[in-house]
Amino acid sequence: MSVPVRRFDAVIVGGGGAGLRAALQLSEAGLKTAVLSKVFPTRSHTVAAQGGISASLGNVQEDRWDWHMYDTVKGSDWLGDQDAIEFMCRKAPEAVIELEHFGMPFDRLENGKIYQRPFGGHMANFGKTPVQRACAVADRTGHAMLHTLYQRNVRANTQFFVEWMALDLIRDADGDVVGVTALEMETGEISVLHAKAVLFATGGAGRIFSASTNAFINTGDGLGMTIRAGIPLEDMEFWQFHPTGVAGAGVLITEGVRGEGGILLNCNGERFMERYAPNAKDLASRDVVSRAMAVEIYEGRGCGKNKDHVLLKLDHLGPEIINQRLPGIREIAIKFAGVDPIKEPIPVVPTCHYQMGGIPTNYKGEVVAPKGDNPEDRVNGFYAAGECACASVHGANRLGTNSLLDLVVFGKSAGESMIEFIRNERPAHKPLPENAADYSLSRIARLENQTNGEEVADVRTAMQQVVQRHAGVFRTQEVLEEGVKQIKAVAERVKRTQIKDKSQVWNTARIEALEMDNLIEVALATLISAEARKESRGAHARDDFPDRNDETWMKHTLYSREDFKLSYKPVHNQPLTVDYIAPQKRVY
Amino acid sequence: MEKMRFSLYRYNPDKDAKPYMQDIEVEVDATDVKLLDALVKLKAVDDTLSFRRSCREGICGSDAMNINGKNGLACVTDLRSLKQPITLRPLPGLPVIRDLIVDMTQFFKQYHSIKPYVVNDTPAPERERLQSPEDRKELDGLYECILCACCSTSCPSFWWNPDKFVGPAGLLAAYRFIADTRDTITSERLDNLEDPYRLFRCHTIMNCVDVCPKGLNPTKAIGKIKDLMVRRAV
Ligand SMILES: Cc1cc2nc3c(=O)[nH]c(=O)nc-3n(C[C@H](O)[C@H](O)[C@H](O)COP(=O)(O)OP(=O)(O)OC[C@H]3O[C@@H](n4cnc5c(N)ncnc54)[C@H](O)[C@@H]3O)c2cc1C
Ligand code: SF4
Ligand code: SF4
Ligand code: FES
Repeated sequence: MSVPVRRFDAVIVGGGGAGLRAALQLSEAGLKTAVLSKVFPTRSHTVAAQGGISASLGNVQEDRWDWHMYDTVKGSDWLGDQDAIEFMCRKAPEAVIELEHFGMPFDRLENGKIYQRPFGGHMANFGKTPVQRACAVADRTGHAMLHTLYQRNVRANTQFFVEWMALDLIRDADGDVVGVTALEMETGEISVLHAKAVLFATGGAGRIFSASTNAFINTGDGLGMTIRAGIPLEDMEFWQFHPTGVAGAGVLITEGVRGEGGILLNCNGERFMERYAPNAKDLASRDVVSRAMAVEIYEGRGCGKNKDHVLLKLDHLGPEIINQRLPGIREIAIKFAGVDPIKEPIPVVPTCHYQMGGIPTNYKGEVVAPKGDNPEDRVNGFYAAGECACASVHGANRLGTNSLLDLVVFGKSAGESMIEFIRNERPAHKPLPENAADYSLSRIARLENQTNGEEVADVRTAMQQVVQRHAGVFRTQEVLEEGVKQIKAVAERVKRTQIKDKSQVWNTARIEALEMDNLIEVALATLISAEARKESRGAHARDDFPDRNDETWMKHTLYSREDFKLSYKPVHNQPLTVDYIAPQKRVY
Repeated sequence: MEKMRFSLYRYNPDKDAKPYMQDIEVEVDATDVKLLDALVKLKAVDDTLSFRRSCREGICGSDAMNINGKNGLACVTDLRSLKQPITLRPLPGLPVIRDLIVDMTQFFKQYHSIKPYVVNDTPAPERERLQSPEDRKELDGLYECILCACCSTSCPSFWWNPDKFVGPAGLLAAYRFIADTRDTITSERLDNLEDPYRLFRCHTIMNCVDVCPKGLNPTKAIGKIKDLMVRRAV
C-alpha cells in the first residue's frame, strides 16, 4: 500500500523542552524542519517540572562548573559518562543565560540577577557545603521554560505537526535512519516523513509504573520505536523514585520545598533524615532519601491510618515564603492531598519519577549502537535528546534540576550535530527503502482485525502492577526473577490487544493501543536489565547485593529485543579536559 | 464502589449524522477523586469516548471542557462536588471534531497574533539582563497561563468574533509581554491591538475570570492595556 510521503531536512519527534530547543537551532539555521508532537507543544510534560534548572552562575554564593560536575558524577554513583557530564556542566551557565535572553521569567534576587535555590546534592567545594545552584521560576520552572521555548519557536517560524504520533523509525539496508512513519490523529491517516536527520525527544516512560509523577502521554514511544528498529536501550534498570509524590495521587511535590526548608517527619514526629544523612539531611540525593522513607514505612514508622506514608512539613516557612516561592505546591497540596501546607503537613511517598536510561547517545546527541568490536558506532542520521536519551549524564541516579539542563544543553548540541551532518554528510536525502510504511501498516492492520483479544486497559493495568511490585525501591533476585516471568507473560497478551473503536477521526483507543506496544518494550527492558545487575548502585538498590561493585559492574547495560539479549559497554571515564573523578563511597 | 450518572456529548463524524447526548453510568471507587478519574473509567468501559488529557494535575491545559455548564479542567475538578447527572460538553464556540475534542486552531491563531515572545533588539549582554524583583512581580498572574482556552470559550465576544477578537487568553498574553521590562516594543504591541475588534470587543463581562482554572484575571490585564492606550492618546 502506498502512503503519502512528506520530505524535510530534519524531523524532530517531540515538542517538549529537548525537542523545542533542538528545533530552534535547526529552524534558525534555515533548515526545513518538522516537529511532531502527540500534544500541542506546551502540553508536553516538561510543563510540569517545578523546582529549577541547575547552573553554576554563582549568583548567591561562589560556585564553579567543576563543582557541579563533581556533584553530578557522585550523584550518578559513578555510572555517568564523565565526558558528557563535563560537557553539560560547563555549558550550563551559558544555556541558562540564553533562556533568560529568550524571555524566560526567572525569579530575581535584589540585585536583579536570576534567583537560585538550594537543592538535593548541590554542593560547593567538591561535596563540602550546600550551594544555591537551582535557577527557578517560583515552582513552575518547567512551565516557564517550555512556554518560552515554544514562544521562541513561534518567532523562528518552526513548522509543527501537532497531534501527530510517530509510529516507527525507518532504517535502510545500511542501517541508516531515513525517516519515520506517523499517524495524524485528526484524520487517522498514516504518512511517511522522509528526512536527512531524525531526532527523538519523546520524553520519559514513567507510565510503566502504577504510581508515577508522569503524564498519561509518557509512554516511552521513542524507546519502543528505537528497540523495534533493532537498536538496544541503555541502563534501563535505573529509574528514579522521587521522595515526595503526593500519597495516593502520585502528583509531584518538588524537592525545592526541602530546598526552601521543608522537612520530612515519621509518625513519631522525628526528622528521620538526620539519621540517614547527617550532613545533607533532607537534601541528600533522591535515591538516598527515597530509600530512607521506604525503610521508615517498612519498619512501622509511617504515618496515617495505614502507616503507609511520611509527612512533609513546611508550615514553619510561613505563608509569605510559601506563597511567593511555592505557590504551585500549595495549589497541588490543596487540590490533591486536601491539606493547606500553610497549616498542615503533606502526606508523601516515594514515587516513580524519572528514567535515567534510554536511547544510547554520545554528548553530541548522536545515537550510538554496537557494531563489530565498536560498542558505540554512530547510527547515521539518528539523534536523541532529553529524557528518552542516555548520554549518559545521570548514570544511576539523576540530580534534581539536571534534567531541564540536559534538555537545553543536549537539545542544542543535537541540533548542531544534525546541521553539520545535513550540510556535510547528507546534503541530499538518502532514498527510502521500498514499502517503508509496511511495518507500521501491519501493526495497525493487526489491531483492526484482532478478534478475541485483550482490552488495552486490562493489559496496561497488569503491566503496571508487575512493574510496581517487582521493580520498585527495593529489589531482590527472587522479586526480579518473578517480575521477569510475569512481564513476559503480559507481553504475550499485548500482542493480542483489541479495540472496539474502528473509526478514523481522533481514535484515542487506537492511540492507547499503539502506546501500549511501546510501554511493554520499556517494561521488559527494565525488568530484564534489573534482574541481571547484581549490585546496588544509585536508584538500583538490591537487598541481596547491598554494595556497589565497581570491579564487575561499573559498566552500562545494553538490552536488545531479540531473545531479550543483554550486553555491556564501558563507562566513559575520560572527561574532556579535566581529571577523572575517581570512585568514592557515596555519603551525604 | 458507587455508581455515578453522566450525560455526555457524543459526536463521531465517521458515523453520526449529528451530535447527541449519551446517558451512561459508571462505577467509581474511593480512589477516583477527580472528574478525569471517572472519564478514564468511562473510557475503559466504552473505548470510543474521545477526550484530550495528559498531565492530570492542571498544568498542561489539555482537558478543558464544559462541566455542568461551566468551563473547567476535568483533572482538577472534584468528582463528588458535581451534581448528577454530570453533563459534559466540548468547550463552546469552537468547532467540534469528535466528542469532547474541539478544533483549537482559531484560539492558537489569536495567541500567535500578539507576537507571544519577548523582543529586545539591544545587543544581548554576556550575562542575564537584570530585572528587579518588583519588575519581575509585574509578570505574576500573567505568565502562568496554560492555554487551556477555558476563558476564551466562555467569552460571548469571542464566540461571535473568534477571527477578529483576540480573546481573553491572547490579551492576557499580550499584556504579559507589554509588562516585561525586558521587552522593547510596547508601542508596536499597542498598535497591533488598536482596533475596534482585536481589543475593544471586550465588554468586561468577566466570564473569563470566573472560569480560569489557574485563578488568572484576563479582564484586569485587558483593563491595563486599555489604560495604556488612553494614556498614550493624550
Ligand atoms: C512532575 C515533574 C517535575 C519535574 N521537575 C523537574 C525539575 O524541577 N527540574 C528538572 O531538571 N527536571 C524535572 N523533572 C524532569 C523533567 O521535567 C523531564 O525529564 C523533562 O521535562 C523531559 O523533557 P523532554 O523534552 O525529554 O520530554 P517531554 O517534555 O516529556 O516531551 C516529550 C514530547 O514528545 C512527544 N512525543 C512522545 N511520543 C511521541 C510520538 N510517538 N509521536 C510524536 N510525539 C511524541 C510528546 O508529545 C512531547 O511533546 C520533572 C519531572 C516531572 C514529571
Ligand atoms: S471580560 Fe472581556 S474577555 Fe473576559 S469574558 Fe468578558 S468580554 Fe470576554
Ligand atoms: S487565562 Fe486561564 S482560562 Fe484562559 S487560557 Fe490561560 S489558564 Fe486557561
Ligand atoms: S490533564 Fe493536564 S490540565 Fe488536566
